[in-house]
Parts: sequence; structure tokens; C-alpha cells
Amino acid sequence: MIAEIGLAVLWMAAALAVLQLFAGFSALRPGGKALAGMVRPLAVMQGLLVALSFLALIDLFLETDLSVKLVAENSHSMKPFIFKLAGTWGNHEGSMLLWVTIMAVSGGVVALVEKRLREDTLLATLAGQAFVSLGFYAFLLLSSNPFERLPEPAPEGAGLNPLLQDIGLAFHPPTLYVGYVGLSVAFSFAIGALITRDVGPAFARAMRPWVLGAWIFLTVGITAGSYWAYYTLGWGGWWFWDPVENASLMPWLAATALLHSASVLASRNALRAWTVMLGVIAFSMSMVGTFLVRSGILTSVHAFAVDPERGSFILALLAIYIGGALALFGIRASTVTEGERFSLFSREASLVFNNVMLCGILGIVLLGTLYPLMTEAFGAKVSVGPPYFNPVSAIFAIPMMLMMGVGPLLRWRKDKPARITATVAIPALITALALLAVVVFAPGIRILPMLGIAVGAGLAIASWLPLNGRNLRRTPLSVWGMVVGHFGLGVALLGAASESAFSTERLAAMNVGDTQSVGPISLKLLSIEPVAGPNWTALEATVSASYKGGPAVTLHPQARTFSSPPGERTESALHTRWNGQLYAVLGNEGDDGRWQMRFWWKPFVPLLWLGGLLVAFGGLLALIGRVAQDVKRLRVNDKIAFRKARQDMLK
Amino acid sequence: MNSKVTGGIKPKHQRLVLLLIALVALIGAGLLAAYALSNQASYFYVPADLAKAPPEQGRAIRLGGMVEKGSLKTRADGVTIDFIVGDGKARIPVRYTGITPDLFVEGSGVVAEGRMEGNTFVADNLLAKHDENYVPRQMGEMTAEQAKQVVAETQ
Repeated sequence: MIAEIGLAVLWMAAALAVLQLFAGFSALRPGGKALAGMVRPLAVMQGLLVALSFLALIDLFLETDLSVKLVAENSHSMKPFIFKLAGTWGNHEGSMLLWVTIMAVSGGVVALVEKRLREDTLLATLAGQAFVSLGFYAFLLLSSNPFERLPEPAPEGAGLNPLLQDIGLAFHPPTLYVGYVGLSVAFSFAIGALITRDVGPAFARAMRPWVLGAWIFLTVGITAGSYWAYYTLGWGGWWFWDPVENASLMPWLAATALLHSASVLASRNALRAWTVMLGVIAFSMSMVGTFLVRSGILTSVHAFAVDPERGSFILALLAIYIGGALALFGIRASTVTEGERFSLFSREASLVFNNVMLCGILGIVLLGTLYPLMTEAFGAKVSVGPPYFNPVSAIFAIPMMLMMGVGPLLRWRKDKPARITATVAIPALITALALLAVVVFAPGIRILPMLGIAVGAGLAIASWLPLNGRNLRRTPLSVWGMVVGHFGLGVALLGAASESAFSTERLAAMNVGDTQSVGPISLKLLSIEPVAGPNWTALEATVSASYKGGPAVTLHPQARTFSSPPGERTESALHTRWNGQLYAVLGNEGDDGRWQMRFWWKPFVPLLWLGGLLVAFGGLLALIGRVAQDVKRLRVNDKIAFRKARQDMLK
Repeated sequence: MNSKVTGGIKPKHQRLVLLLIALVALIGAGLLAAYALSNQASYFYVPADLAKAPPEQGRAIRLGGMVEKGSLKTRADGVTIDFIVGDGKARIPVRYTGITPDLFVEGSGVVAEGRMEGNTFVADNLLAKHDENYVPRQMGEMTAEQAKQVVAETQ
């Protein structure tokens, strides 16, 4: 019964989306005002219905209702509770329902709380959101129905891919999706503003918090995903330039650019067409990512099922939405009037520079991701990896990060270089000193990590300089957000560069009782014993580790064997210190009875994820600051309007 | 219009200049990417291709084929293995230091990522079939003919 309710509610929501699109559009036509009042309630209702449908699917997974095809194929009655719950979106259909849920709910939230935008632009935006949602409703209902029943209930479920049976599954996909799909709001805003020709500071101020919100989730999602890959794959790497990782990075790059250009539009009424364009590109990148992942043309642990029909469906959606939005942009871009001008030496110019750099990185990642597909058309099988992505993206990333040290110090519109030279000298000196120190004390490390350490150190310092000369108590939260966000990026860069430059690895075959060392850490294999979990058995090694002869800690790396579905997974063990992380992996038993063990000492690697979280935290501060500002402004406006109305009455 | 603050640039021109800069940067990025891709993309080889037209030394490539039966030897350090990857036409010696994937055994298919050093392929990473449901994409990259040969060889 639950499955039927879920499906029915989903169809109803799709019907409401049709109504919402129709009502929104006719409300914009002359004489269509009668329907204008319907649009907001429709959007809210639609969000509620889809959320209900998603809850129904969660319930089916929690109960392990094996008469539902999706549950039978992806769940198992013996699975721990948390994976039954997270298993809801650990498959193609469930994750698409999550996608549609987030899209509809964010549309509903916009309808409920957005009061800054001009009413006609808001109606156009909600109509746009309904239009985009419709494609995904069609995709879900016609080719990926999550509620399909089996003719006869399965005796037992097939279980979940062992690689996904990790606590990361509970957090990483939902966070990433909120960010990914949250960008659809920016897309709809851009469409709405193009339709009503309302591209201006008020529009940018209204759009900014939505972009910020999505961007924060995207940042957290990417950071969490990177950490998950790091500890679960057992290769000690944190970013593999896997197409799926790129699919999440590309919307992030576009959203970062959008965030900054929206700032320029909101404060200075410049970069109008550019901002709208980025709004379109950001969500387009989300859709391209989904296409790459879900069409089956790229296979990875993220591609649940290879189904060419689905691939063509998403490709068609992609063509309609991206093509349509770009066409609309082409038609309307010339009517978006000229923005304010600025000098080549100004805050705007620095933001333009970094926008272009971000787009350059975006282009490079996109080309690198699509290249294997393009060559495959000509029969050559290639793969593109770090030797391409690292240096080529650094060519754009390094100037961008240098500019990040300067830009926030500049004044809007026009500034003199002489005013900031003394301030910029501090981080410049630190960058030079860091570079010198690395060259002198750690010769032989490669050029990219070397530059990374120098630029990261400079940026970490430079990010605080905009606070120089400000009264810290009266500094707006959004400025703090910028400072913390930029600082976070510097910290992350330091962590990444240090990991790449100074990691040491030890690979050894060990008997119980043998000792080894990696970097400053001495290790001893104490025992290897079998252990068992709810749906797996494992061999667990006990290793004691001591840092420079200090007190010993024990680590328990495991090699797990899963029963349903059958599969193996290494469970690495980590020990985190303030200055680095020890990473231990248990391998196979050799013919001579020795165990393969792999250890890494990675100095300062936790800074990488700490930096990522700081970036997100900076975004959160900015979001709180902006929303508080807007609420205040709305209150003041209300008050003024109220007084005015009273005065009119008295007259 | 007031041109004092902007150094005398007309608004139309400002937009044009910005557009030009952005275009130059993006086209530059495109050219750079195209150049780097042609140099850095790693190609997929089977032993026969590798023997016929060997790539330059040290270039990142991938090698796919079957692990020859009886060829797998572990060195004294316990973590370095030597084996031979063949496809029925050519045989390539491979060296790998590290923990082998669970289903890496003699007589099974493997894709190795690495480079040629002398006549030996030095692998950084081995991808083996994980289980029936989760096959590394690279395993599927052999052309139908290559796959048929490989299968024929193992039977």
C-alpha cells in the first residue's frame, strides 16, 4: 500500500508542476493576474507531496518490503538500520527521487519565503522551476519508477554494494545533492529574470542567499566525499580526478564564480549578463554531471545501472534545458542593459579576473572529463588522469589564488595601487619566504607542491588583511565569511601540497611481532585475528604505533568480506595527530605466511578537509549575515509602508 | 557620459574589452587543454600492440590482458611481484609493488596502470575484476576481438 501511495503522490506532484508552469506563465501575460495567486501555494504543495513520496520510499526500505523491485534489488533484511535508511538513495531510482525531492522542496521554500524579488520575476522563476522539475518527473515516472512492484515478492534482497556500506553514504549523497540540485534555484532565477528583463542589484541580492546555500552544501559534500574516498579505497589518495568527482567539482567551480559575480551585481550593478549566464551554467554543470554518471557511459561505483534508454533520456533533458536556457539568454542578453563601469584596477576587475580563472579551470576539467568519450568515438581508448589535470588546472588556479590575496583589499570602482602596496607586501613576503624555505630545506620536491605551499601560506595570511583597520565588532558577518572562506582555501591548499610533497610510504610483508617504521613513526604488528560484524567477517590486524618513541597507540586495519552481496573491502585504520595522519592498510597473506601491510605518514593532511570545512563555514557566516541584513531591510520597508499607509488614512 | 572615473572608457568598449579578455582566456584554456590532453592522456594497450609499436619510455599507459599461468612470482621482500601479461600474440613482463586486488590470480584478466621501463611494464596500480557485478570500466575497454582472444586463451 505504501508503494502505491508513494507513486500516486508522485504523479500528483507532477500534475501540480504542470499546473504551476501553466499558472505562472499565464499570470505573466496581460490579463492573467487571476492565476497569479495560485503559483506560490502550488509550489509549496508540490514540495510537500514529493517529500511525502520520498518518505514512503524510505519507509519501504526500512521495512525491507521485498515485493518492491527496488528494495529487493538493493537492500537486505540483515543490513544494519543506518544502511537500510541510506540505502534508499544508494541506487539509481532512489537517488533520482532524492533529486526531484530536493528540487521540489527548494522550489516550495522559495515560494514560501522569497519576498525580495519583484513579484512577476518570482512567478517566472517558479514557472521555470516547475518546467525544469517536469523533465525530471518524466524521467523518474517513465523510466526509473522507484515504486515498481515485483510480480512475486523476492525471498531475500540482493543487498548493497559493500563499497557503499559505510557511514559516509548516510551523509555524502544527500549533502551533495542539496548543493547540486539547489543550484536549480539559481537556474530558475536566471530564467525568471531573463523573461521579465529584471536583471539588477535587487535580483542579485535575492538570488545570492540561494546560491550561497547550495554552494555551502556542495562544499561540504565534496569535502566529505573526498574524505570518504580517502579512507575507504585504501589507496591513500584523496582526489582521483574520477569523472564522478569532476562532475561534482564543475558545478562547484561555476557556483563559486556565480557567487562572486552576484556580489558585484548586488553591490555595484555591473556584470549583469555575465551573472545570469553563470546562473545558467552552474545548474547545467549539475545536469551534465548527472548525465555522465547516470547514463552508464562512464562506469564507476556511482553508476548504478547501465541503461542506454536512461542515457538518451537524460541527454534529451540536457539538450532541452541547457539549449533552451542558452537560447533564451541569446535572445534576451542584448536587452539586459549596460551595467556600471569600473576601472581596470578595482575590486570589480579583480573579481572579473577570478571569474575568468574559475571558468578556465571549469573548461579544463570539462574537456578532460569528456575527452575519453570523444576519442572513443574514433576508436581510441584513453584515460585522463592527474598528469593532465594537476598542472593544467594549476596554471589558472595559482594566479587566481594570488589575486585572492589582493582583490578583497581593493576598493570598488577605482583604486590606486599605491594605497595597498604596503599591505600586500606582508603576504608577498611570506609567500617568498615559504618558497625559499621549501627550496632550501626540502629540495627535490616537485614544483606543484612547492608552489602550493608558498601560495597557500601567502593566501592563509593575506585572507585576514581585509580586517585590517576595521572595527572587528562592527565588521559585517559577510566580511567575516569572506575572510574565513578564503583562509579555508589557503589551509586546504597547504594540506594538499604538504600531503603531496612530504608523504612517506612503507610497504612491507610482516610476521606477527615484526617492526617497521614510516616517517617518524615506529610500528609493530601485534596480532591478526578474525572478527565479525552484522553482515561481514574480517581479518583484523592490531598494530601499535609510536611517534618518535612516544606513547604507543593501537590501530586496527581490517580486510572485510561481505556476504550479501559477496564482496571484499579493505577497512583502513587512521591515527590523527596535530601534525599529520598515520594510515594503515592490511593486505593479503603471502605464500610464506607473512602479511602485506601498507602504511603512510601524511604530514598535515587533515588540513585539507579542515580547510574545506572552513570554506563552507565562511559561506555559512556570509549567508547568515546576508539573510539578517535582508530581514532587517524588509522590516524597515514594512515599517515605512505601514507609516505611509497610516498617514494616507489620516489625510 | 561621465568618463572621469573609468579612465575614459566608453561603456560599450568596457563590455567589449571584458568580453575579449574572457574569450582570450577561455580559448587559451581550450588550446592548453587540447595540447596537454594529446600529451598526457594515457592510452590503453594490449600486449600485441605494445610489442608492435611500443610507446616512449616512461609515458603513462594502461596494459590489459591475462595473467599467464605459472608466471606469478613474489620477490623476497614479500610485496613485489613479477608476472607476465599475455594476449596469445605477445607476452609482456610486469612488475608491481603493492597490495594486489582480491581477485587478482593467475589466469584471470587484469588491467595495469603504469609505464614501460626497458622491456618491463612497471605497474603503479592493478585493477582486477572485483566480482560479477562490479567490473572496473577498464576491463570492458578491450575491443570485442581482443576480449575474444583473451577468453580463447584462458579456455
